[in-house]
Amino acid sequence: MLRFFLRRFAVAVLVALTVLTLAFLLTRISGDLAISIAGPNATQQDIETIREAYGLNRPLHVQYLDWLGRAVQGDFGESYFFRDRVANLIAARMPVTLTLGLVGLAIALVVSLPLGILAAVREGTWVDRAVTMVALVGQAMPSFWLGLVLMVVFGLQLAWLPISGTGSWEHFVMPGVVLAFSAIPSLTRLTRSGMIEALASDYIRTARAKGLSRLSILVKHGFRNAAIPVVSIAAVQLGFMLGGSIVIETVFALHGVGYLAWESISKNDFPVVQAVVLVLALLYIALTLLADLLNAVLDPRLRTS
Amino acid sequence: MTTIATTAGGGRRTLLGNWGFLVGAGIVGFCAIVALLAPWIVPYDPFAIDLERRLVPPSFMEGGDPRNFLGTDQLGRDYFSRLIYGARISMVIGVLTVITSGVIGITLGVLGGFYGGKIDDAVVFAITTRLSIPAVLVALAVAALRGSSFMLVVLVLGLLLWDRFAVVARSTTMQIRNLDYVAAAWCAGVSRWWVLTREVLPNIATHLAVVATLEMALAILLEAALSFLGLGVPAPLPSWGLMISEAKEYMFFTPWVIIIPGAALFVLVLGVNLLGDALRDMMGTDLSR
Amino acid sequence: MSALLEIEGLRVTIGSTAAVRGASLTVNKGETHCLVGESGCGKSITALSVMGLLPKGSRRETTALRFAGQEIGRFGERDMSRLRGDRMAMIFQEPMTSLNPAYTVGSQMTEVLRRHRGTPRAQAVDRAAELLARVGITAPGLRLGQFPHQLSGGLRQRVMIAMALMCDPELLIADEPTTALDVTVQAQILRLLAGLQKDLGLGILLITHDLGIVARVADRVSVMYAGEVVESAPTAALFTAPDHPYTRGLLSCVPVPGKVKRDEPLGSIPGVVPRIQPGFAGCGFRDRCAMATPACAGTIPRRDAGGGHEVLCVLEPRWGGAAAA
Repeated sequence: MLRFFLRRFAVAVLVALTVLTLAFLLTRISGDLAISIAGPNATQQDIETIREAYGLNRPLHVQYLDWLGRAVQGDFGESYFFRDRVANLIAARMPVTLTLGLVGLAIALVVSLPLGILAAVREGTWVDRAVTMVALVGQAMPSFWLGLVLMVVFGLQLAWLPISGTGSWEHFVMPGVVLAFSAIPSLTRLTRSGMIEALASDYIRTARAKGLSRLSILVKHGFRNAAIPVVSIAAVQLGFMLGGSIVIETVFALHGVGYLAWESISKNDFPVVQAVVLVLALLYIALTLLADLLNAVLDPRLRTS
Repeated sequence: MTTIATTAGGGRRTLLGNWGFLVGAGIVGFCAIVALLAPWIVPYDPFAIDLERRLVPPSFMEGGDPRNFLGTDQLGRDYFSRLIYGARISMVIGVLTVITSGVIGITLGVLGGFYGGKIDDAVVFAITTRLSIPAVLVALAVAALRGSSFMLVVLVLGLLLWDRFAVVARSTTMQIRNLDYVAAAWCAGVSRWWVLTREVLPNIATHLAVVATLEMALAILLEAALSFLGLGVPAPLPSWGLMISEAKEYMFFTPWVIIIPGAALFVLVLGVNLLGDALRDMMGTDLSR
Repeated sequence: MSALLEIEGLRVTIGSTAAVRGASLTVNKGETHCLVGESGCGKSITALSVMGLLPKGSRRETTALRFAGQEIGRFGERDMSRLRGDRMAMIFQEPMTSLNPAYTVGSQMTEVLRRHRGTPRAQAVDRAAELLARVGITAPGLRLGQFPHQLSGGLRQRVMIAMALMCDPELLIADEPTTALDVTVQAQILRLLAGLQKDLGLGILLITHDLGIVARVADRVSVMYAGEVVESAPTAALFTAPDHPYTRGLLSCVPVPGKVKRDEPLGSIPGVVPRIQPGFAGCGFRDRCAMATPACAGTIPRRDAGGGHEVLCVLEPRWGGAAAA
């Protein structure tokens, strides 16, 4: 068990290092960084100055090692545009993105767990088919478009919620709902299939033979086992949702990390972009580790072996 | 006499499958035909600007003009014609991305599943690494650095979306490799190539077909998102995502400008997903994880 | 002896298969009643329909279904769930998968008592420990805190039995409880059941296909074939004077030391168990039966051979003189 986690942790570190390297290469193999930074109207002189100032004239491996050395210490350099440490910028924006991710996940779970259980209990009926349709619709919904439609309907026409920006909790409602849409289909399907499997199992028959109440059979005995994969996938989904927050934060002008990345991309502020890619990747890696840990906590067969 | 009947269950999935298959295939087939025949069926040139007639509502709405079935956009271009060309972009991006990511993912997955050991470890590592990279962000960054173009979008999406192909190809290849009849073929002294092409590939093909539909849907959605953010297919190409992006300034006054391309996007992706779901049901494969 | 469980005219259809076709049997208080037959003959379905645990898509009809004198055929799920685990309990063939992997043995045992009696946790734990000791588990305190995957198959089946006894049931239905276990463990479990039955005065409906088990533990035997109880008799009567051609065939398949001579082949019944469609009439065994006549396609009479021995056959009891086995 401990060995398993040490191994998983070692792999995670290796993945993180690979992502670090890829994040570095991302900005280098795509052409001459100095030209990109200088912009279209720059003179040759400007480009030379930039190359000098950012150390881009050094050999690539020197640049890489220098960058790597700083990055592992949490130093992602300075933003070209904001004139601030990249680490500070990200730290300031992170709470918004994390809040959005957690709100989205919470909404997704509140919707998909009951739907999945309902579909499993009524397997093969119109209820089941309706739930399957909901999952399909959610899967096909373009998130940015859903965001815009919600803005028109709830922001403008009904005027229930603020259209965009960051401020009160109300600003997180629509983005949270839109983000939840991306996780609802997979969580619903997983809950459904897990519940169907659990409900068909021998231990459910035992629970019924014991005369337990319907609620106890469904939740305590059925869902408890179906929940094991759902919980770990939910953790991984949170990682995907954070990674995908750039679209939603841009649509709703929610000033989180994704919005920061979006601003930086349009301003050719590559140290920031690089750092955001890295931070989101590291968050994902951490969440997959958490998922494994949760799995072990929830599944006694893993925990005690 | 006392009769107790428990509710019937099961056996209905195939019915839904067939229903979903018909609808899904209908939508996808329709879009494919429209995309293919676009130049011959559009009523107007989708790029022709007419600043005199901007944001004309669709013909079935108040103030609509029968000449423009779906109205005109902010530059007076015929919305219906642009929508039809948009189908072309979505379909082509979807298909090309699936081919690119399919080649990468299936190669990696089959190698890992077939050879196992160190090779498999490397493949699993590649998949893990790929999954940890935020795809949309990287795609945007690359597009910003290189300047976006149609082929770049295909290439970036193809390079980013191979993971599910690899995961499914790997696990199914492993299952096939360990089957008794394949073991029997080994013992009969056939070559690796023979086992790979005669036993493994035909047997995993059905699973991969399901993945292909899911990936196509994802690619279409991602292209739209990238174009929406201005770093996908470059203007003036009428990508549905770009149409929504260009129209969003006007959406509070004339919501139909975003409803129309968004609905088209939604219906096409739904169709592709329905097709994939139906395939999955018919083959009884479960790829939910 | 008074009747504990009376099943009359039980019919179960699952999808398009008539799984049970008018089966009747009675389990008396404090008696072990064995239900024997080949796999697929409807034994398990009979047991499950008594408990109200039939799978989805099945349909049950009964002329009468009485438990301790009370008609339970019309009971809904709510009423049945009050009986189950409390006054009637069941153990299953698959000890490996019948316990919930997510909960400890103790938690799964105590919840029965808490559900039916509202017993406080501490008392329920004591009762569980007592019963684990009763079914021959050493260190019950330790086992209560363990998860099912930490126990062997034999131990799990003992836990299942102990769990079934939590509320002192009057009826215990055991569906092939030893089939999945090692031979040595099988004997232990059977001895345990026999002991419990004697000590607690349980009525046991034991389902098995193993005639060796029947001979050792049963007070009374019912033989099922193709969804019908074709013969029912006290154990000794059934083994010494079987009347139904199927029973005779079944007994001739069993090697009995001293009776079977060297080099003499064991008996076998030709053919396979038919899958019965609804609407099938007559004797289900007639296609495999050497004594079949055209009358076998009609209504089959239930004949009383005396001494509580009943046969469902067109032939007179004691046909052909001595028993074949």
